[in-house]
Amino acid sequence: MSLRIVVCVKYVPDATGDRHFAEDLTVDRDDVDGLLSELDEYAVEQALQIADEADDAEITVLTVGPEDAKDALRKALSMGADKAVHVEDDDLHGTDALGTSLVLAKAIEHVGYDLVISGMASTDGGMGVVPAMVAERLGVPQVTLLSEVAVADGKVTGRRDGDAASEQLEASLPAVVSVTDQSGEARYPSFKGIMAAKKKPVESLDLSDLGLEADEVGLDGAWTKVDEATERPARTAGTIVKDEGEGGKQLAEFLAGQKFI
Amino acid sequence: MAEVLVYVDHVDGAVRKPTLELLTLARRIGEPVAVHLGAGADAAAPVLAEYGAVKVLTADAPEFADYLVVPKVDALAAAYKAVSPAAVLVPSSAEGKEIAARLAVRIGSGIITDAVDLEAGDEGPVATQSVFAASYSTKSRVTTGTPVITVKPNSAAPEAAPAAGTVEQLAVSFGELSTGTKVVSRTPRESTGRPELTEAAIVVSGGRGVNGAENFPLIEALADSLGAAVGASRAAVDAGWYPHTNQVGQTGKAVSPQLYIAAGISGAIQHRAGMQTSKTIVAINKDAEAPIFELVDYGVVGDLFEVVPQLTDEVKSRKG
Repeated sequence: MSLRIVVCVKYVPDATGDRHFAEDLTVDRDDVDGLLSELDEYAVEQALQIADEADDAEITVLTVGPEDAKDALRKALSMGADKAVHVEDDDLHGTDALGTSLVLAKAIEHVGYDLVISGMASTDGGMGVVPAMVAERLGVPQVTLLSEVAVADGKVTGRRDGDAASEQLEASLPAVVSVTDQSGEARYPSFKGIMAAKKKPVESLDLSDLGLEADEVGLDGAWTKVDEATERPARTAGTIVKDEGEGGKQLAEFLAGQKFI
Repeated sequence: MAEVLVYVDHVDGAVRKPTLELLTLARRIGEPVAVHLGAGADAAAPVLAEYGAVKVLTADAPEFADYLVVPKVDALAAAYKAVSPAAVLVPSSAEGKEIAARLAVRIGSGIITDAVDLEAGDEGPVATQSVFAASYSTKSRVTTGTPVITVKPNSAAPEAAPAAGTVEQLAVSFGELSTGTKVVSRTPRESTGRPELTEAAIVVSGGRGVNGAENFPLIEALADSLGAAVGASRAAVDAGWYPHTNQVGQTGKAVSPQLYIAAGISGAIQHRAGMQTSKTIVAINKDAEAPIFELVDYGVVGDLFEVVPQLTDEVKSRKG
């Protein structure tokens, strides 16, 4: 029986770019280049490794986002995913994490799944809440923040490295997994992979395909509201000294003046 | 006055500092009701009362330790039903955010994560967040349901405000999903005796310039002289010089201490995303052009192998 893996990925503004808010206080995506969230590359990598170990597996990469988000899907397809699903709808603009988890859960059910994998957080919002929300909505176990993951005999196992302890976890499929940047270096797409990706199917879905109404998502459907966004004044230039043999002592003097010593 | 649920982060009843910060913030928007799950409530209750908990709801069951996250969500949902609070506050730890996330879905409420400040507003609590590598500060509120808000460590100074802290047993019925993810084994992290990275008032971090695991004791010695936690940049972690649990940055931990000292760290945007909200920033780097110097309150252009030991000695002698 085929193992159906759905990898949830996000198309995010490049963090090295100059990020701003748009007038409606959503993230301004027009001025900054987007890319596949780096933390989701680890999810794609783990999906590929799990699929390699399985007798028969199919990897669907799923994203919710504007037209450009296809770039993130293409990257995942060129790494080796089999097919892609793109949820795209004008009414999605401004959707919050809760809304995103709703759309993802509906799309995952639409695709059919045994295992859902995502990165630990997006590199833009960085909330790290969507995998747990998706598990709650799907009513399946969450096996999250894993630095090691394996699937065998209808079970997913993994290691979660927390602040206080390292835990070995186990759950039956179907389940939602998220992986950290310690799970294993993500592969680069090969030339062959890039060429093959162009021929792989990308299914487009809108809200009506998922049985969702416009007011359940988007800025109007968001259950949180940003009232103010203030650009911080740039830090004023600090004192910079060149070490001429007394640098450590000078620094100690500064720290003492600030009452840190 | 409206009650505010505060989820207690603790180790066998030893309450962690971020929870005391939450109790302090909770008093701005209502009367804190603490929710203590697992063993140790007897030890925790007086501390929670001292910091303002009018009530302490407790529940202990093997499920809290044997299964991941969901049993705690069941318990917090039970507390929510019992109290009908004006808001639910949870510390912004990895687990805290997951508990808050599932609770928000379950009770049909909006959620705000990683707040760095909280105040009462005309339309409910207003949360301040720091976004885009701290280049923006936003004020947000939850518009639907009971606000679920996670708050970052070091967002407020804990202030004692003794309250009744009446201990009450919380009845929890665990749902089918609660036993979905089994914790097969747990290996406690060996204590270094240093403060927890995300909670520390001072953090000393080492980067590529430290040039090897064998040199990290230099960074540790400085940290110990200041009572600080030790951090590392991604470059240092990827090179295997220091454990990943100490990584500061976008893919590691976000820290917001009173003082951040970066030694041998150039200050790539990914690192800055994790430390830019630090109150005072200090850097030591050989390269005068390193981007970290754009952020600093005080910078030393010099060899960290000279500057760091001299600083450590000076701190020690000044502290006597």
